[in-house]
Amino acid sequence: MAGVTLDTVRKIYAGNVEAVKGVSLGIEDGSFCVLVGPSGCGKSTLLRMIAGLETISGGEIRIGDRVVNQVEPADRDIAMVFQNYALYPHMSVYDNMAYGLRNRKTPKDEIDKRVKEAARILAIEPFLDRKPRALSGGQRQRVAMGRAIVRKPQVFLFDEPLSNLDAKLRVQMRVEIKRLQKALGVTSIYVTHDQVEAMTLSDKLVVMSGGQIEQVGSPSEVYRRPETRFVATFIGSPPMNILPGKVEGPGRVSVGGQMIAVTDMREGLAPGSAIEVGLRPEDVQAGSAPGASSLDMDVDFVEELGATQLFHGKVAGTDFVVQASTGQIAADTRKLTLSIDPGNVHLFDPQTTKRLGRV
Amino acid sequence: MVENRPFAQFMAYLTLVLGVVVVAFPVYLAIMASTFDAATIINGNMPLIPGDQAVENYTRTLFYGGKQAREPVAMMMVNSMIMAMGIAIGKIIISILSAYAVVYFKFPFRKTAFWVIFITLMLPVEVRIYPTYKIVADLGLLDTYTGLVMPLIASATGTLLFRQFFMTVPDELLEASKIDGAGAFRFFKDTLLPLSMTTIAALFVIQFIYGWNQYLWPLLITTKSSMQTIVIGIKKMITTTDALTEWQIAMTTAVLAMVPPVLVVIFMQRLFVKGLVETEK
Amino acid sequence: MEKRAHISGWTLPLLLILPQMAITVIFFYWPASQAIWQSFLREDAFGLASEFVGFENYAALFEQPEYYRAMVTTAIFSSLVAFFSLSCALLLATQADKSIRGGHAFKTLLIWPYAVAPAIAGVLWIFMFHPTLGTLARPIRAAGIDWNPMLNGTHAMILLVLSATWKHISYNFLFFLAGLQAIPRSVIEAGAIDGAGPMRRFWTIVFPLLSPTTFFLLVVTVVYVFFETFGIIDAVTGGGPAGQTTTLVYKVYADGRLGGDLGGSAAQSVILMVIVIALTAIQFRYVERKVQY
Repeated sequence: MAGVTLDTVRKIYAGNVEAVKGVSLGIEDGSFCVLVGPSGCGKSTLLRMIAGLETISGGEIRIGDRVVNQVEPADRDIAMVFQNYALYPHMSVYDNMAYGLRNRKTPKDEIDKRVKEAARILAIEPFLDRKPRALSGGQRQRVAMGRAIVRKPQVFLFDEPLSNLDAKLRVQMRVEIKRLQKALGVTSIYVTHDQVEAMTLSDKLVVMSGGQIEQVGSPSEVYRRPETRFVATFIGSPPMNILPGKVEGPGRVSVGGQMIAVTDMREGLAPGSAIEVGLRPEDVQAGSAPGASSLDMDVDFVEELGATQLFHGKVAGTDFVVQASTGQIAADTRKLTLSIDPGNVHLFDPQTTKRLGRV
Repeated sequence: MVENRPFAQFMAYLTLVLGVVVVAFPVYLAIMASTFDAATIINGNMPLIPGDQAVENYTRTLFYGGKQAREPVAMMMVNSMIMAMGIAIGKIIISILSAYAVVYFKFPFRKTAFWVIFITLMLPVEVRIYPTYKIVADLGLLDTYTGLVMPLIASATGTLLFRQFFMTVPDELLEASKIDGAGAFRFFKDTLLPLSMTTIAALFVIQFIYGWNQYLWPLLITTKSSMQTIVIGIKKMITTTDALTEWQIAMTTAVLAMVPPVLVVIFMQRLFVKGLVETEK
Repeated sequence: MEKRAHISGWTLPLLLILPQMAITVIFFYWPASQAIWQSFLREDAFGLASEFVGFENYAALFEQPEYYRAMVTTAIFSSLVAFFSLSCALLLATQADKSIRGGHAFKTLLIWPYAVAPAIAGVLWIFMFHPTLGTLARPIRAAGIDWNPMLNGTHAMILLVLSATWKHISYNFLFFLAGLQAIPRSVIEAGAIDGAGPMRRFWTIVFPLLSPTTFFLLVVTVVYVFFETFGIIDAVTGGGPAGQTTTLVYKVYADGRLGGDLGGSAAQSVILMVIVIALTAIQFRYVERKVQY
């Protein structure tokens, strides 16, 4: 088994479109790394470059200690699960899984052993003789995983493998993928645009945008301390509220004239300069405690989510959403006072959109 | 239709039945004619129910032939079969290979190659008959099966059809094959060819009919009567002086000439329709 | 359209494409260019020497009354076959499209004439309308008409149109039926709710939606009449009586083979090529537009 190292990797398509702009990343052996970002951010291109399906325009990719830039996909010792599964439609489930091993001249009984083993792990033993079209979406997904597992590769690559499944199955498969990866301990790189998938699966979360990495970290780091406004609004649902504010002094900003205390704030910001104040909908509380910072909100309407309610409205003229447990706030409330914990306030530079936290 | 009108339904049946009768009548007459002797047909009062000469007519036609030509029609059918199979199979082989090259590889002059093939769509054999005849003659291919088949197997139809099909094959299958360690040959043999079977069959049906029914080309390049195809043979039977035309033999031959392609259409209707509709896109 | 994934290397693809290229060049491009070259040459009576004569062959062609007559014949033949085969096919297709029992059987019973060779189709129809022994010629003659396609040019043309139409209805029928089945049922139902009766629905909804198919079939039918009916003409009339059913394609054949005028025949071939290319170009414009929709 091996880790994967990317060193200023670039992809430039014909016509000078730069899809990946110099990405460097180290993925530790045995870890589960998720690349997440909106469509067109370069995450899939990056994955396909690791697989060897796209040429590398610049930089270096290493699997273990081996530079693989010029190595054919078949010789990179990787396995890939595709979004549309890419099962061979005319082959049985068994043959789909065995094909790669046969091409590598693996002995017959070894192939048989590995396919049966993978089928047992994935609970697809009853379907080994069927053709892919006779399987449900979830079963096809398992076969695609089985095809990857039997190869016992150094690295698993997943290209949005769950996006063709319905919502319920997606959650179930997500759990299974995580469990399987932990059991097998194979380095995995997983591409998705779904931030919930990204949060739940990853040991190492890589948020990408515009061909570049925005932030790398554990899921909780990325959630707790987003490095850019993009990451702040991309990770978390509903997304973080961003309000225009003003620097008042060390540890203090104001929004619409109301003062807010902040724990994580860069030192030496000039008082009076503009700043963006980020607050997660789930981090603000209704009601005001004496001495705590507070904001006034005009509520327009309420969305019922069952366990929680979303209050939509405006704070200082800007759209704002508050998430609260059902019953905590009366549904017909029109005016809300929100208390703000200084530790939950995120500050961003309006120009560079970078976090203005403690250095 | 939306409304349920018994009268409209009745009219629909009537029109369709009438259509089928008109379409089938000429063939029905030919089949009837193949069951009478020459005299019954010549006197102009051929009955519309079968006569008793069928066995005589078919055995004579197949194994002996007409009085003038004396070429057994069975032999002509063998020639037609060889030509039709040669055209169908030859076209499938060369066009699936060229489509594979054009779709799955990037090589110098790929676009040029595609256009060179594509433009042949516009040049039916009828507009270039004499120069083609001369080339085939210069190559010493007159009165050979190669000469009958070769000029007709190159056309853009097959290449375009396969190209169109290959474009619908997901890219991921090639990528998965690459990761599974399959090269160009294995991907073609293990994945693309099995997936193309329906397209191949559809093209085969269309090209078999096309080949069997060829007229102008065999008319030009076959001089020996032993190389005649059945469609040419029948024409020679009826162009001699009226009085000498053996209509019962001519019509028996006509029936025999229709049997193979019509059976193909009827029994492989689904493939036939697919081939016809898709080659015209 | 382009594939995202490719296989690397270029010797293999060149080998794969070689057979088709070789045959295409030997049997298409070489003869086509020969035809163009020959159309500028005149051979002496024995075919031993030839001289470059520029556009003389073309000029000579346009001085021949026979050439104009062949054009007119071709025009009449194509328009009649196009009209009859399209309208009959459309009528049958609309009836077969109604959800009636046995609809599929009717489809099978109507499409097989496609498989009949043009020359055979011609033979079937001569037999039916043969002046002395034709089963259907008798009632015509009994009605006092001196029916004889062997001697009467109009009668010969009627027979050609009938056989060519008979053979081509199946093709047009198939495409019309496919076109009709592609029209969403909901559109027809919306028309019915809007109060349009069956006839009105056909002319205001179905027919306009079918117009791309109709146009496509029109072009295909014209190409069919130009080239594929050669077998019918050769079997039924041989271009006669007295050249009255000689079409442009038949004339290329007859002038080259019977007359030995290779230069003139080549010039005619070139003109035909131009016509085919024009027809194909028209068809492409249509295809392009279809793609845009």
